[in-house]
Amino acid sequence: MLYFSKLRITFVSLITLFFIFITLTNFQSSENSFISQKINLGLDLQGGSYLLLEIDNGPVEIQKLQNTTTFIRNFLKKKKIVFNDLRIQNKKIIFSVPTNKVDLVENFFLDKESELNPYYNQYKSHQFDLIIDEDKFELTLSKYGLIEIKTSSQDQAIEIVRRRVDEVGTNEPNILKRGNNRILVELPGLDDPMRIKSLLGKTANLTFRFVTQNDNDNFGVDLLKFEDGLNEAMVSKRIILNGDNLLDAQPQMNNQTNETVVSFTLDRVGAKRFGKATSTGIGKQLAIVLDGKIVSAPVVRDTIASGNGQISGDFTFQSATDLALLLRSGALPAPLNIIEERTVGPDLGQDSINAGVIALLIGFLLVIAFMFFKYKIFGLIANVTLLINLFFLVGILTLFEATLTLPGIAGIILTVGMAVDANVLIFERIKEECKNEKNNIIAFDAGYIKSKTAILDANITTLIAAIILFFMGSGPIKGFSVTLAVGIFTTLFSVYFIARMLTSVYVLRNKDKGKLI
Amino acid sequence: MINFNKFYKSFNIISIVLVIFSILLLFFKGLNFGVDFKGGTLIELRASDNKINVTSLRDTFINMNLGDVNIKKFGNEKDFLIKIEKKDTSANAIEIIKKDLTKAIGSSFTFRRVENVGPKVSSELLKSGIIAIALSLAAMLFYIWIRFEWQFSLGAILALFHDVVITMGLFSLFNLEINLSIVAAVLTIVGYSMNDTVVIYDRVRENLRKFSDIKIYELTNISINETLSRTIITSVTTLLALISIYLFGGEILKGFSLAMIMGVVFGTYSSIYIANPILVKLRVSQKTILKEDID
Repeated sequence: MLYFSKLRITFVSLITLFFIFITLTNFQSSENSFISQKINLGLDLQGGSYLLLEIDNGPVEIQKLQNTTTFIRNFLKKKKIVFNDLRIQNKKIIFSVPTNKVDLVENFFLDKESELNPYYNQYKSHQFDLIIDEDKFELTLSKYGLIEIKTSSQDQAIEIVRRRVDEVGTNEPNILKRGNNRILVELPGLDDPMRIKSLLGKTANLTFRFVTQNDNDNFGVDLLKFEDGLNEAMVSKRIILNGDNLLDAQPQMNNQTNETVVSFTLDRVGAKRFGKATSTGIGKQLAIVLDGKIVSAPVVRDTIASGNGQISGDFTFQSATDLALLLRSGALPAPLNIIEERTVGPDLGQDSINAGVIALLIGFLLVIAFMFFKYKIFGLIANVTLLINLFFLVGILTLFEATLTLPGIAGIILTVGMAVDANVLIFERIKEECKNEKNNIIAFDAGYIKSKTAILDANITTLIAAIILFFMGSGPIKGFSVTLAVGIFTTLFSVYFIARMLTSVYVLRNKDKGKLI
Repeated sequence: MINFNKFYKSFNIISIVLVIFSILLLFFKGLNFGVDFKGGTLIELRASDNKINVTSLRDTFINMNLGDVNIKKFGNEKDFLIKIEKKDTSANAIEIIKKDLTKAIGSSFTFRRVENVGPKVSSELLKSGIIAIALSLAAMLFYIWIRFEWQFSLGAILALFHDVVITMGLFSLFNLEINLSIVAAVLTIVGYSMNDTVVIYDRVRENLRKFSDIKIYELTNISINETLSRTIITSVTTLLALISIYLFGGEILKGFSLAMIMGVVFGTYSSIYIANPILVKLRVSQKTILKEDID
């Protein structure tokens, strides 16, 4: 047990040097370093904002049901089936048909190739669950139908969120999916997320619609409020243009009126439609509607065929810039709600790092002083091992580019306190063995062997706790579990390789000196 | 040799009283959940103007009609922790608070930290915290059951339960805040307490194999004594590290390190005074172990 071959000694020394080197690269600027990996600092240490957004899929579901209702109506009309009472109620589509047509309609819904079941071949599921009660049909979105809506709106939303965050130009944002209806946005270095929050809080659904006076417009009308919240106007449901037709949008100063406006450029289809609408609608008011509110409703004076236009409103330069940004990045498929926000200012982050480092140094010094006092030369061995263990721990965190959080630093300090346990178990065992065994080498060997199960059991229990914490914990706590778990492995390695090697060198040199420990 | 076993009975009574008292506290007084688990808003504010104090902040916040607001100093004279129970996660909630504050007390302050947790997230966090703790207890139970006999498993789990309940009871008694890092602390306590118990159990089992004529009452005492200096040294080094976090690691880690300190103290105590008397009560003998060996 005590014998270490030259090869092994070289190997262990090389590994140790390697990890010391890796650890030290963290303190070097990345350009002139051999290894590019670095420990990431968590948002709680470098400062920044953490936002958890939830997609409100309600409107998307309603939209889907409305589209499907239109689809069903067209189908029934085409097949000349008389239907009654086709309506949406409590997220259900309800209608009835004559009894002799029930089979026909049922087959229509169950048809795998139908447009109604776009992914039957993939999931083996229909988009709608169907309940037939004699002549009455009831359709609800099936489990997969709902999942499909959620995942597709999440896919679209994350894209838009990414574009908006990128446009603001923050430092290395981290944007991830969480579950099937949430999006996590991490913005390192951002201490005031106000602007981003207000940008993400808007769906930015832009439509151009004519203002009408009579409420029997063919397409139906909406009574909408202006942005100021005071005035209202009746607006046709017919959409002339929407945000999808926009190629570009920029804030601009209108030289004539000295107002800030948002100028936009339309794509070809948009330009054509806009030209047609403005030529037929001269003298009418064209409402520019954003998220259900009228931004402005200018009177059309001329045909605009160029595909360029301006949105005026009560803008400041900032709000015009934001609106232009929102229009450029596109509309969200559904509203986003911020359900969790955590922001740490950069100076608090730095204070936390400083406090953590001081606590680590003091904790380390206290522990090594105590160990030296308790075990003298073997305490020294345990202390050297502990130091190397720290290099291993930080080195591995660096190699895997783990994220270091404040609780993570606490985990490192705790590792310092608990890591000596394995050496203590061994040393205490050796002490016991020395009582009955005069031969130092045999006593030391026995100490290492007999303490093994206790060390293993003790470390596995801590590891179990760390693993559970890793899977159940969030954010900073995950950082704690990672350092704790990695700490267990580095501790075992350093105890069984470094400490044992140092012990063996010492014991083999002094084997005849009587009681060593 | 110290006769730990002489005090088994008296300490067991004390432990039972403490556990019952803790459970009563948890039931009737409850825990002081932070925004992580209750939802709401937490603001750490740093003032650069010494006119700003708890009273002036409290008056300002009462005028804002935000419902229950809790304000206290945080570490030093110029840092304050403001907890608002109202669950308002609308995009501009924080901005409005900032504006109103500036109007009332001037602009000589900064928000160093803002946490705003919606009710849905907080209830999910609470649920996953409880699941995590339950899961870790179950995993430990299972692990010990594989490694030892069921009597040991029962003893270890009761010791764990004892530590967690009393630590939580103390948090309730002193009205200390429970947040995510406390869950991490509890899980680490579970790991530590287990670790401590296992080392003694390991020795008990070894001694059971060695001596067939010594009663478990004596045997546990021998095992405790043989492992005593390790128990003490490891507790001391762990406590040194934790005290260092508590004193120098900053305000944010105070709750975490305090919970851990309590946990280590109770964990060390319980691995001697809960885990071992249970083995005595369950009349563990060499037969218990030999049966396992034959299996």
